[in-house]
Amino acid sequence: MSRLSVWFVRASFLYLLAGLFFGGLMLAQKGIPFYAPALHLLPLHMEFLLVGWLIQLAFGVAFWIIPRFSNGSARGPVRLVWLSFAFLNAGILIAALQYWFPSAFAVGRAAEVGAALLFILGSWQRVKPQGA
Amino acid sequence: MPLLTRVFIKTGMICLALALALGVLLAFGVTNGLFPVYIHLLVFGWLTQLIFGVIFWMFPKYSAERPRGSETLGWLTYVSLNLGLLLRAIAEPLQSTQPNSFSGWTLVVSALLQFLAGLAFVLNSWKRVRER
Repeated sequence: MSRLSVWFVRASFLYLLAGLFFGGLMLAQKGIPFYAPALHLLPLHMEFLLVGWLIQLAFGVAFWIIPRFSNGSARGPVRLVWLSFAFLNAGILIAALQYWFPSAFAVGRAAEVGAALLFILGSWQRVKPQGA
Repeated sequence: MPLLTRVFIKTGMICLALALALGVLLAFGVTNGLFPVYIHLLVFGWLTQLIFGVIFWMFPKYSAERPRGSETLGWLTYVSLNLGLLLRAIAEPLQSTQPNSFSGWTLVVSALLQFLAGLAFVLNSWKRVRER
């Protein structure tokens, strides 16, 4: 597994844990109310699990597994994909601040769009037949 | 494909079918706390469970002696995930229509089990995510 995939996948594991923790707090609050503001964790729960866990894991595994080039950089423009990693995680963390700063939601989402575009640019040509 | 992976994937497929069947009920306007069950059957019972099974099978080997890490942690992940989800599927509709301490505490146990599933998975998989 490449170093960048290790970062993507391990980061996705951390978001899985955080997302499940927040989800657990909300579910427990529904069962035996102990702290009403726990229900405000819903946007974080969704952001961490959908973007932080599922999408980030997909980026990491795709970067590891899709066909490599036989000439030049085996995994193509790796710096673009590192930048995608930075944008994705900055976007998730900025979007997580939306409870305190409502505009952070849009800024974080915009960074996530940037991350997706960078990932697509960095990977597009690797989606090819083996050996091509 | 190892036994645990087969069990993860087949249980995930059952969750997928159940979720989509529940989606039909929701389309007919039956709610009663079923929407969160529908979403979690899809995202946790199907997508996440499928991912857990495939990662257990295909990620880099932990060691020559224990290629897939701890089988015990793997099975703990499976049991916690599915028991947690099952308890949620029973208790959440009950709690939303006729709240009582039984369904309330069942939701708390479900929350703990679902978090435990994620924790056991991450503990077992973390060291298999590494550079080669």
